[in-house]
Amino acid sequence: MTMMIDTGNYIAAKAAIMARPAVVAAYPITPQTTVVEGIAKYVDTGEYKGEYICVESEHSAMSACIGASAAGVRTFTATSSHGLLLMHEMLHWAALARMPIVMCNINRVVGPGWNIWADQNDSISQRDTGWIQIYCSSNQEIFDTVIQSFKIAEHEKIILPVMINYDAFVLSHTSMPADIPTQKEIDDFLPAYKPHWKLDVNNPITFGNIIAPMSYYKVRKAMQDAQEHAKTIIPKITKEWEQTFKRNHGGLFEEYKTEDAEFILISSGALGAESKAAIDELQKKGLKVGLARLRVFRPFPTEEIIRLSKKAHLIVIDRNISIGNEGAMFNEIKAALYQKSDAKVIGYIAGLGGTDVTYKDIEKMCEKAVRGKTKTNEWYGLRED
Amino acid sequence: MTAKSLVEIVFHGRGGQGAVTAANLLVAAAFKDGNKGVQAFPVFGAERRGAPIRAFARISDSEIHLRSEIYEPDIVIVQDESIIELVDILKGLKKDGTILINTRKKPKDFIFSKTFRVATVDATSIALKHDILVGGIPVVNTPILGAIPKILNKVTLKSVQSVVQSKWKGEQGILNVKATQDAYDTTEVNK
Repeated sequence: MTMMIDTGNYIAAKAAIMARPAVVAAYPITPQTTVVEGIAKYVDTGEYKGEYICVESEHSAMSACIGASAAGVRTFTATSSHGLLLMHEMLHWAALARMPIVMCNINRVVGPGWNIWADQNDSISQRDTGWIQIYCSSNQEIFDTVIQSFKIAEHEKIILPVMINYDAFVLSHTSMPADIPTQKEIDDFLPAYKPHWKLDVNNPITFGNIIAPMSYYKVRKAMQDAQEHAKTIIPKITKEWEQTFKRNHGGLFEEYKTEDAEFILISSGALGAESKAAIDELQKKGLKVGLARLRVFRPFPTEEIIRLSKKAHLIVIDRNISIGNEGAMFNEIKAALYQKSDAKVIGYIAGLGGTDVTYKDIEKMCEKAVRGKTKTNEWYGLRED
Repeated sequence: MTAKSLVEIVFHGRGGQGAVTAANLLVAAAFKDGNKGVQAFPVFGAERRGAPIRAFARISDSEIHLRSEIYEPDIVIVQDESIIELVDILKGLKKDGTILINTRKKPKDFIFSKTFRVATVDATSIALKHDILVGGIPVVNTPILGAIPKILNKVTLKSVQSVVQSKWKGEQGILNVKATQDAYDTTEVNK
C-alpha cells in the first residue's frame, strides 16, 4: 500500500492498469486526455503490458473494446462528452452483446456553445443504453470504483458494461491523496477474468446474428434481470472491498448524517462531496437535513429511495436537465415513489455549464426547501444579466 | 502562524511560471507533515503562456469534502509582482489573511501591509542565483515553496525540501533545495 497524491485522471489510469486489462483502446478528448496519457506512460515504463490500441475516434475505441471483449479478455477505455456521444451506437451494442467493458466517463458539458467544464448531460443522455452507471465524488473513490467495476461487470449474474462517471476538472484535474493497494492485494480481490463465452476459432459459434422477435424480447428481459441483480451485488462487492481495504464509499447510496433527518438531500458526483460540508453547517444551525449521495444511477435504486422517503422528505439537486421536462434524478425519484410514499420531493437544477456550486449554495438551497419556498423545478443561481 | 484546521491558498502567477506545480508540491509536502486532507487544482480556461493564472491549494487536518473554488483564502501567493496591477489579489482574503509576494521590495512597501500580514521574498533573484531556469526564464516556484513554511506552520521546510528533491533528480535537485533554503532564510514578514 502506498499513498499517491495525484489528479482523478492519473489515479483512474493507475487503477485501470492494476486491474490488468488485456486491451485498452481509447481516443483522447478534454478533459479525459490525461487518463489516456497516464496509461501510455505505463506502457512506456513497462508497468502496463497489455495491448494499447490507438484508434481514430471514440466510435472505433468502443468498437475495439467490443472486439477484444468478445475475444474473451478484460478491456478498459475512457472518454468524455462528445466522445461518449460518438460512441452512442456502440454503447447499445456493448450492453446488448453483454460485454463486461469498464469505462471512465469524465462528465463534461455537451456543445455548442463550446465548454469543457462539468455537468452530467453527457452520461445522463446515455442512460437507456443498458450500461451500469456509477458516479464518484473523490479520487480515492475513483480508484476503488474502477477496480470494483470489473468485478461488478464480470459477475455471472450481471455481465454488463460499467460506466464510471466523475466531474470534469473538479475531480479529473484536482490532486488529492489516494491509498493505492499492492498489486497482489488487487489480484486477490479481482482474479484473472474468466469469460462466460468468447469468440474462439477452435470452437466456432455464431454471434450477433438476426434473431426473431421473441428471442430479442428475451434478450431485453435478461438485461433487465441483470440490472436488477446489480442492485444487490454492487453493495455486496463494496462490502467485500471494505473488509480488505477498510473503506466503503457506499453501495447504491452513501448516507451521511441521516439519523434524525427530517429532510434528506440527494446529490451526486463532486456536488455530493461538497454537500457534506453543507450538511455539517445546516446541522450546526439545528436544521435536520442529512445527505444520501447517489452513487448508482443505473440500476436505479428504487427500493432505497422508497426507504429514504419513509424517514424524511427529499431534496434533489440535479447537475443535468432533461430539456422539456426536469432534472433526470428528480424525475426518476418522484416516479420511484409513485403510490409508495407521501414524502415531499423538492427539485433543483444547479451547476450546469460547469458553474461552480459551493457548500454555501447547497446550504441556501436546502434552507429554502425546508421553509417550503422552493419553486417547482427551480434553477438555482441563474443570473438575470 | 495560523492554527486553523483548514487553510485555503490561492496562487497568482503567469502561465508557464509553475503555479500549478507549486500548488501540487506544496500539498505533497503538507501531506508528509501529517495533514490528512490535501487538495491542489488549477483554474481552467484559455491558458496562455504569460497570461495571469490562478491555482488553488487546501490543507486540512482531516479529509476535505469541498470541491468548489476558493473564494475566501487564508493565504494569497503572488508569483509575479506585476500581477498586482492587473488582478485584485486581495479579493475575498480573510481579515487575518497573509499575502506572500515575489518581489525585491519589503513588506512595508505595500500599502496593504497596514491591514494584512505581508511576507516578501526575492524568488526571481534566488532562482537566477541557483541557475534554476527553463528556456532561460527563472523558475520562481521552488523559492516560493521555501518561503511558505515561514508563514504557515502546517508545512515544514524539511518536507518541502524532501518533495523538491524527489521532483528534480541529481544536480538540479540540489540546486532547487538550496533555493528553498535561501528563500526561507531571506523571507521577511511584517507581523
